[in-house]
Order: sequence, then C-alpha cells, then structure tokens
Amino acid sequence: MTPLLSVDGITKRYGSHIGCADVSFDLYPGEVMGIVGESGSGKSTLLNCMAGHLAPDAGQVVFDTRADGPRDTVTMSEPERRMLSRTDWAFVHQHARDGLRMGVSAGGNVGERLMAVGERNYGDIRDKAVDWLGRVEIAADRVDDRPTTFSGGMQQRLQIARNLVTGPRLVFMDEPTGGLDVSVQARLLDLVRGLVRDMGLSAIIVTHDLAVVRLLADRLMVMKSGHVVETGLTDQVLDDPQHAYSQLLVSSVLQV
Amino acid sequence: MIELRNVSKTFTLHNQGSAVIEVINDVSLSVAAGECIALTGASGAGKSTLMRMIYGNYMTQGGEIRINGTDIVAAEPRAVIGLRRDTLGYVSQFLRVVPRVPTLEVVAEPLRAVGVSAGDAEARAKELLAQLNIPERLWSLSPTTFSGGEQQRVNIARGFAHTYPAMLLDEPTASLDAKNREVVLTLIEEAKARGAAIIGIFHDEAARDRVCDRQIDVGQYTKGMAA
Repeated sequence: MTPLLSVDGITKRYGSHIGCADVSFDLYPGEVMGIVGESGSGKSTLLNCMAGHLAPDAGQVVFDTRADGPRDTVTMSEPERRMLSRTDWAFVHQHARDGLRMGVSAGGNVGERLMAVGERNYGDIRDKAVDWLGRVEIAADRVDDRPTTFSGGMQQRLQIARNLVTGPRLVFMDEPTGGLDVSVQARLLDLVRGLVRDMGLSAIIVTHDLAVVRLLADRLMVMKSGHVVETGLTDQVLDDPQHAYSQLLVSSVLQV
Repeated sequence: MIELRNVSKTFTLHNQGSAVIEVINDVSLSVAAGECIALTGASGAGKSTLMRMIYGNYMTQGGEIRINGTDIVAAEPRAVIGLRRDTLGYVSQFLRVVPRVPTLEVVAEPLRAVGVSAGDAEARAKELLAQLNIPERLWSLSPTTFSGGEQQRVNIARGFAHTYPAMLLDEPTASLDAKNREVVLTLIEEAKARGAAIIGIFHDEAARDRVCDRQIDVGQYTKGMAA
C-alpha cells in the first residue's frame, strides 16, 4: 500500500535555532497520528512545514495525489499546492478565527470552500452547508449568523465543517481542543472520531493533551527541542514510554 | 495461534536514577486454537505485564511473540493495529471510551472496524448487552457514568463482539455477580468451541478450573524479581 503522506528528513531552522530537525515518517490512509511535546518542542513548526505554510530548509513531503500519484509538495508549484490545500487537505487551526472568515455568515464560510472547487449552484451550496452545520451540531437557523456571534466551541465546529465539506483525505490539526472547556472538548473528540471513521480520513494532530491523543490517535510521535525522541503505537508510548523525556511527560499528567 | 519464544522484559526508569527493573525473563509458551491457558502467580509476578506484552501494549526487549505468524515484537505499528482489529482481542480490566458515545456504539465499534454493516453490528451489540443483563434503557447512554460492574460487562460485550481468533482476558469475571459470571464463562466456552486461542488471568479459581486447559505460573520466570 502506498503511504498517503511520506515525510522525509524535514528540517526547519530559525537562524541558528532549530525549529525541527530531520523528521521522517509515513502516514497511511485512515491513520491518525498524534504529535506531542511541550511548548516550543517544534510540533507546530513541523505541522506547518508539512501543510505548506512554512518552507522547510531540507526534506520532502510526498503526498499521494489523486491525479498523479506521489508528488513532493515542497517542490511543487505554489498554485498546485494551493489547489491541494483547497481540496485534499484541510487545516484546523487552534484558534478558530484563524481558520474562519469572521465577517461572513456561517453558511458562507462553509460554502466558500465549495465555490473554491467549482460549485456554482447556490441552492446546492446552501443545502450542503446546512447539512454540514447539522453534522457538527450547529442548528440550521444559525446558517445566516456570523461566527462572531458563536461561542468558542461552535466556532471550532464551524471551522471543522468548513474544512471537511470538500471531502479532504488528510486533515492537519493544531491543538484542535486547546482553550475549550472539557465538555466541549469531549463533544469535539466524538465528532472528529466519527468523521475519521465514516469518511476514512487520515489526520495529523498536534496537541499537548495526552488524553486527546489516547482517544484519537493510532500512532504517536514525541518531540523535544525539535527532535523526535520516540515513536510508536499510541498506547505503547503512553503506557510503556522508553525515552527519558516521554517518561517525564507521561508521569507529569495530573490524575483527576 | 499464540507463540512466545524466549521473551523477556525490563523497565528502565530514566527519571528515577535510571533504575533497571527486570520483570520477565525467558518465557516460552504456545497456545493452540481452541485452547485456553491461565497465567497464574502471586500479585506482582508479572501476569498483566506479560499479557500487555502479547498485546503490544508494552515493549518487549528480547525474544519473539507470534500471533497467527506475525511477530508483534518486530512488527510496524500499522501491522499491530491491523492485528488488533482483525485477529487479537483484549478485554482489559478497565473500560476506556470517548465520552458521550452511547453504549450500543461502543460495543458495535469493533465490528464496524472489520467492515460489518451498521445494522448487523448493532444487532450483535444488542444481543450481547441483553445477554450480559445491561438494562435496555442504558444502551443509548455513555457508559462513563455506569457502575463498576456495568462498565466491566460493557467492556466484555465489546471484547466479544467480533469473533477474534486470539483473545487475551484480564480478570474477566472480577466484580461480577454469579449470574453474570456464568454468562461470561459461557461466552469464553463458546469462543473456545469456535476455535479461539485464549490466554486469561483469573483470580476466581473455580472459573479458572472450568474454562482453562492448562496453567502457567508466571512466577517461575520472575523468581527473585518480584517484590
């Protein structure tokens, strides 16, 4: 089976400071990979390099495109990469307002992604938008409201709807539950888990919340100071961590 | 079906003076299809550790553990995930679920994962929940708020939903009343009859004698190591 995403030797420096160094892994269709580590460990830098938001200094990010098979997205042209991020890729930001257009209605936020891939029939677009708002548990009567009138949890769900409406195959998530209260987090986890299963999505989730990765991720990568110090099955890394830093990370979680 | 050869395990506690604790040393055993073996030994002997190693939950430092031919010690995470989905079931002592997911879905999930249709998976889940005496009014609720015994039974229903050819059972009859204990023992006997290879930990000696064909004292591999 061809990996959906094959990352090889990704390195990003900020001057003399290392963002992330020599990261390699394969992600297969339907897999969810978690990336954990403390603040400043390079998780977000790595995610942004993979998603084309940052240009890595070295390395390849090979994505199995629908049309042409495996292609290195680092060296592909800007328009090609933009097309990918509108169709097969999705990016869920930690702060929903970074991933939404705050001045446009909820329906417009979802519909805009559809129009970007060529849908033109207003009725169809609106129907799809309402359908997706329902899937993320936003009432249909809020379709014309702006996200500024939504709560933080609703904004995050709207961002997910906007991202998934075009049926992407790979979703990048940067702390998707960060800053939400726990009941809203649980709701979001349930939603993401269902979407991953029903749509056969692959996902890469950056978080510092070990409970989130235990429930969502098949595999885990632990980062420290820009380096990957341990990888493996999620439950194996959490229950029997091998590296000193992973052991510290796991043993530092407060028990409820 | 399940084959262990010269398996050993140490824990290295990097943040506690790099203490190295040797827990399992040179275990070899095999379980054939249709056979159930019990792991025995005093508390701390390493029964659960060995079981977690067989599931790939704990790293194994030496030897090989073959499940239906695949060596779980050397296998890629992706292969282990596939093995757990199709071949190797595990009923742990604790239920771990995504909050808010209804019990019926929790139990049906292993079947959905192997491609059973939503309707068929739900029908099987209902059958198991009824068999294990979980009241129907609880099926649409998340098991996170259930009592310990109810959670344990949901966990068992989930573990027996798919007919895994190999199963690991960690104290499946603990915290169950006589009636439900009987149901669980029947489920184990049915699994054996259809050819499942089973490794179990039972503190309940009567249950152990009834379903297990052999016993293996884990203490003999950890002599002098257990506290």
